[in-house]
Amino acid sequence: MTASTITQLAAALRDGSTTPRALLAGAIAHVDRTENDLNAYLAVTRELAEAQADAAAHTLEAHPETASPLCGIPMALKDVLCVNGVDTTAGSKILRGFKPPYTGTAVQRLFDAGAVCVGKTNCDEFAMGSSTENSAYGPVGNPWDIERVPGGSSGGSAATVAAGTVPFSLGTDTGGSIRQPAALTGVVGFKPTYGRVSRYGLIAFASSLDQIGPFTRTVEDCAMVYAAIAGHDPRDSTSDPRAVDDPLASLRAGVAGMRLGIPREYLGAGTEPGVRDAVEAAFRVLEGLGASLQEVSLPSTDVALSVYYIIAPAECSSNLARYDGVRFGVRVERPSLTEMYLQTRDAGFGNEVKRRVMLGTYALSSGYYDAYYRQAQKVRTLVSQEFDAVFKNVDAIVSPTSPSVAFPMGSRSDPLSMYMCDVVTLPANLAGTPGISVPCGFVDGLPVGLQVIAPRFEDSRVLRVAHAYEQATDFHAQLSPYATVAA
Amino acid sequence: MTETATRPAALGRYEVVIGLEVHAQLLTRSKMFCPCPADYINAAPNENTCPVCLGLPGVLPTINEKAVDFTVRTALALHCDIPPFTKFDRKNYFYPDLPKGYQISQYDLPLSLNGYLEFPVGGEAVRCGITRVHLEEDTGTMHHAGDVLQSATSSLIDLNRCGVPLMEIVGEPDLRTPEAAREYLVRLRQILTYIGVNDGNLEKGSFRCDANISLRTPGAQELGVKVEVKNMNSFRAVQRALESEIERQTGVLDSGGTLVQETRGWVEAQGRTISQRSKEQAHDYRYFPEPDLPPLRLDAAFVERVRATLPELPEARARRFQEQYGLTAYDAAVLTDTREEADTYEALVAAGVPAKLAANWQSGDVAALANEHHTPLQHSGLGSDGLASLLRLVEAGTINGPTAKELLAELYVAGGNPEALVRDRGLAQVSDTAELSALVDAAIAANPAAAADFRAGKQQALGQLMRAVKDATGGKADMPLVNRLLRDRLSEQ
Repeated sequence: MTASTITQLAAALRDGSTTPRALLAGAIAHVDRTENDLNAYLAVTRELAEAQADAAAHTLEAHPETASPLCGIPMALKDVLCVNGVDTTAGSKILRGFKPPYTGTAVQRLFDAGAVCVGKTNCDEFAMGSSTENSAYGPVGNPWDIERVPGGSSGGSAATVAAGTVPFSLGTDTGGSIRQPAALTGVVGFKPTYGRVSRYGLIAFASSLDQIGPFTRTVEDCAMVYAAIAGHDPRDSTSDPRAVDDPLASLRAGVAGMRLGIPREYLGAGTEPGVRDAVEAAFRVLEGLGASLQEVSLPSTDVALSVYYIIAPAECSSNLARYDGVRFGVRVERPSLTEMYLQTRDAGFGNEVKRRVMLGTYALSSGYYDAYYRQAQKVRTLVSQEFDAVFKNVDAIVSPTSPSVAFPMGSRSDPLSMYMCDVVTLPANLAGTPGISVPCGFVDGLPVGLQVIAPRFEDSRVLRVAHAYEQATDFHAQLSPYATVAA
Repeated sequence: MTETATRPAALGRYEVVIGLEVHAQLLTRSKMFCPCPADYINAAPNENTCPVCLGLPGVLPTINEKAVDFTVRTALALHCDIPPFTKFDRKNYFYPDLPKGYQISQYDLPLSLNGYLEFPVGGEAVRCGITRVHLEEDTGTMHHAGDVLQSATSSLIDLNRCGVPLMEIVGEPDLRTPEAAREYLVRLRQILTYIGVNDGNLEKGSFRCDANISLRTPGAQELGVKVEVKNMNSFRAVQRALESEIERQTGVLDSGGTLVQETRGWVEAQGRTISQRSKEQAHDYRYFPEPDLPPLRLDAAFVERVRATLPELPEARARRFQEQYGLTAYDAAVLTDTREEADTYEALVAAGVPAKLAANWQSGDVAALANEHHTPLQHSGLGSDGLASLLRLVEAGTINGPTAKELLAELYVAGGNPEALVRDRGLAQVSDTAELSALVDAAIAANPAAAADFRAGKQQALGQLMRAVKDATGGKADMPLVNRLLRDRLSEQ
């Protein structure tokens, strides 16, 4: 059952050819086979999964017709998502041993649907990074080439789907942390509209940008997981109260007659030629499906990166203040309170986290606030308005997801070159729009992703365009070497 | 010593400028940003906590609408403007009683602005501007094994109070004397308790005050160097701390020194303030908009709905009591001191007790009993209904004053029905003229010397005769009637 889709497994569970327990056993066996190379998991939650598999088996037997398509399906959760009683570290030493006493809303919705949690996936510490090299628990191997990164920060969640271990996982996307690793590992990765999926139970990096979303093998699977986790949550005041339209209803409506925009700035000089070729071929496919393509402009794209690296660190400097050694996680005992704070945070946080906390603290400081944070907020509004203007003329935007394919581990030690990974994904976070990455080709055996962005709350449209493209191509059906490892 | 020795001198040489910041906990059932009970006093340590108020990773705040309602109610009572758009901000600093490492507060767009409070000081009306009233959350509490955290061998944290809705009322620097500061606080607390948003307990810290004080030469436009004074747990402490600070600042200025901007703490036992933190050590709170809470839009209809729930405020009620019930300004002020007091008074009058009689008893014997037993009338055995019955018996002449006093004291504690008690114990006043006349004659006969003294013009001599009649009735005689009968009989011949 390795590398199957949710749709395939849901059918197999109903025709009696497999059981939730068997799927779970297969997934765990695949973890055992691949984990040495991939390091995609920070914890395998076998006991929780077995209980969930048994409960799912009962549901499937009692109510096979009304059971969710996710019932009995194994999945994995990025380790920034809280699960009651399960170690949740956010990839950081400072949270080693932390077991939340509650389960987050999106995760609870998956549990309620009967999904089976195989484990918690590795990620950049507090979701800060684009390669998963910033995890305190070691880097994750890309299943297409384990010498290369899987992207980040949700690298573990991307890699485990690319390795065929589970048909879906949840990640989080603050500046591209779902879409970029999806592109680099050849799977589907979707960041819904900000406010569509509750952030309750998501360990915050940058509250105004963070959004939970799925990794899957197909766009249809993606729509199913999205439908299960989306919707208003009274515990998240930023979650939108409007009803969610069923993404499956319009999934197959195609792109004929649609106007698609290609932002000139998203295919800049930093784009690798192979990526450009693959994406331009994808544009031709969409044209062949009846869409009309036109060049559009999002002029603030070049400053969006700077805006992002002020706003996200500013919020993170505040969000990470709670890791002070007083109540949970790691504490370095010192006689004075100030020394305890300093030593705990020095020992508990990695370099990238410290860098961003310092950047953010500086940007919010008295005397600098107006020049940095306030100015960044203004430009953020501008970025958002530019999207609004473009969406008056086009229905969706298509572009590469990442300027490059998966790069070798350790090759981007300069923070700025790493930050450039997200240059075409982070504007969607600043504007709150939905965005997806769908496989669109290979360069020297390494996957390339096509990004689709639509206006806020047009999540179904993003999925519809991605699905049309996916169904016209077979890149999504190609399996990484780790997905074909025999039992 | 400070009051008499230094204040007038200081006031002569320098103008005192005082502005007060009050933090008042709101009487909501639940906390500001989570559903935990806000009652932190009657709970075991850390009992009323949840992942949200513990600041655990991944949690989010949700706004307590009642707290918004209460803050708007307060702002309206203080004549503030309510802008249509308001937001929450994060105030960032590290301390163990602040589990998130930031306090959710309001910075540049508070819930309300530009109000005022009027109150009398020494017979003159003073108006103090209210800069703003905003909403935030309280911190937890700490218990140190040692005097302060820095020297403690260990410290315990109780987060029951963490997240309790807290209103900050910032006053303009319009106050000129420590007495005015005290009166401002007295009146502010009265209003907050009247409108039911705060219990006004300074000792337990549900109503807390910080004071900013500076001196300047009279007539100067610019403000002097400001000192913030903290740790004052009573109205008296506020007044004493400000007096002490005036004395200290005057001393520094008189000796040619310069004052430094700093935070000082009032040390009650020593009767002086001590420096806690200089301007250089002040926190940079790095305020920024709380990204977990969308801005609040309060439309005019909401504000009007809240306004409609405002009760009559104490000042207006006192004025009405004077007009409607013919009370003196003093009685009206006493009887409107708290909303409960005023409600009780109006209940007595509504139950048929004459206004003046009700006022005398309520502000006299009843107030004394409430004080003695630390129990307000509403919670006493008697209750306001029982008091009304008792006073109706007085008004009808069924019992006399001394009997009523004795009954009041007994019923206040034990409870019971005044009418039934009077009937069962035969406490009804003896007011039969024939019966009393006979007793008056007997008293004159038995006390001839007193009778002679009275006739000779010694008014005090009547007391002995009155007592004789009173004793003869077991204390139940209608004493005003006895008085009249005695005078009539003694003036005969």
